[in-house]
Amino acid sequence: MATPVKVHGPPLSTAVSRVLACLIEKDVPFQLIPVNMAKGEHKSPDFLKIQPFGQVPAFQDEAISLFESRAICRYVCEKYAEKGNKGLYGTNPLAKASIDQWVEAEGQSFNPPSSVLVFQLAFAPRMKLKQDESLISQNETKLEKVLEVYEKRLGESRFLAGDEFSLADLSHLPNAHYLVTATDRGEMFTSKKNVGRWWGEISSRDSWKKVVDMQKQST
Amino acid sequence: MAAIKVHGSPLSTATQRVLACLYEKGVDFQFVSINMAAGEHKSDNFLALNPFGQVPAFEDGDLKLFESRAITHYVAHEYADKGTQLLIPGSNKEAAVLTLWQEVEAQQFNSPSSTLAWELFYKPFFGTATDAAKVEENETKLGKVLDVYETRLSQSRYLASDYFTLADLYHLPNIQCLLATSAKKLLESRPHVNAWVKEITARPAWSKVLAMQKQ
Repeated sequence: MATPVKVHGPPLSTAVSRVLACLIEKDVPFQLIPVNMAKGEHKSPDFLKIQPFGQVPAFQDEAISLFESRAICRYVCEKYAEKGNKGLYGTNPLAKASIDQWVEAEGQSFNPPSSVLVFQLAFAPRMKLKQDESLISQNETKLEKVLEVYEKRLGESRFLAGDEFSLADLSHLPNAHYLVTATDRGEMFTSKKNVGRWWGEISSRDSWKKVVDMQKQST
Repeated sequence: MAAIKVHGSPLSTATQRVLACLYEKGVDFQFVSINMAAGEHKSDNFLALNPFGQVPAFEDGDLKLFESRAITHYVAHEYADKGTQLLIPGSNKEAAVLTLWQEVEAQQFNSPSSTLAWELFYKPFFGTATDAAKVEENETKLGKVLDVYETRLSQSRYLASDYFTLADLYHLPNIQCLLATSAKKLLESRPHVNAWVKEITARPAWSKVLAMQKQ
């Protein structure tokens, strides 16, 4: 029987890799379907049917079609609650509320400046696009302020939402990975005592290593 | 005394998001006004409630939370059997459609609409000059997002279902700001979006949130 779970998009995409990390943590088998973004496949009429904003990833599971990586991750955690890492999205409402809080912090505070920096510092040079120094500088300042909050939090708590690795930490892996390994701004993470310790822990999880492998194999 | 406390400002869109949810659920709460002009949101006391120094912050007994979408998600689940049904009970598949449109608000709608609200609504209020280039850029972005909404709302009465849910509620604060500016044309020029905007902004719970601004 064909695997019901399908993820459409390149593993190099941060949003796609967020979903892949979650599926692997939850031990959910999936099929990765390539989308040729260089050829504009993500803007084709067929693709827009499954992702009307023309972005990756798109996701299918049996009769459901979804998009938005954080919505997909939440669905995977709820639907496959008993598989793989059972505590990934918390096992009680209070734990879940704390995880939601830090997933929102990632989406609202960490993601915007880190996405700009990933694009400007890791992708633009490889795509031979001109970098915008003022945009880089503004977003470094923003991201630094966010990481200062994280430094304090991670001095009080092993992971963002509590003592266990959760969806909140996982959500940060894609952008942080590029900043640490593909730019010269990795020190923003590694030179901070608590953030550095946290980054070391979450990036050495087997699930993330598998995603990084998939990214390497796709180039 | 109510176990629920909301610390924030009635003018803050994120605070309004939480208030709208509490009024829809009909649960008692205490509103603690934070004097942002005096920098109270950056005080040590407040940072203990929200380390990012932003409003709102929320308490329910011993539980402390920040991020309006996490707070409303908690309230909608914890008080599921009170007031308006804001969730989609049933299968994971149906609940996932709600989660999807909540994320669409957070990731697609929020950024351009917040920027437009800041440039066209708040800046004039504070007496600062509007950045015309930013307005044009974000009207274009928001227009593209609303094109997707127009299609969706021609197939579904509300974003996630045929009834009002958290996904629709999330949009209220920024929409209300835009309606008071020239950017309202983006909403009014799309018939299904326009009808949806009129319905959701007419909800009694939302009127209660707006009434708090006048106090």
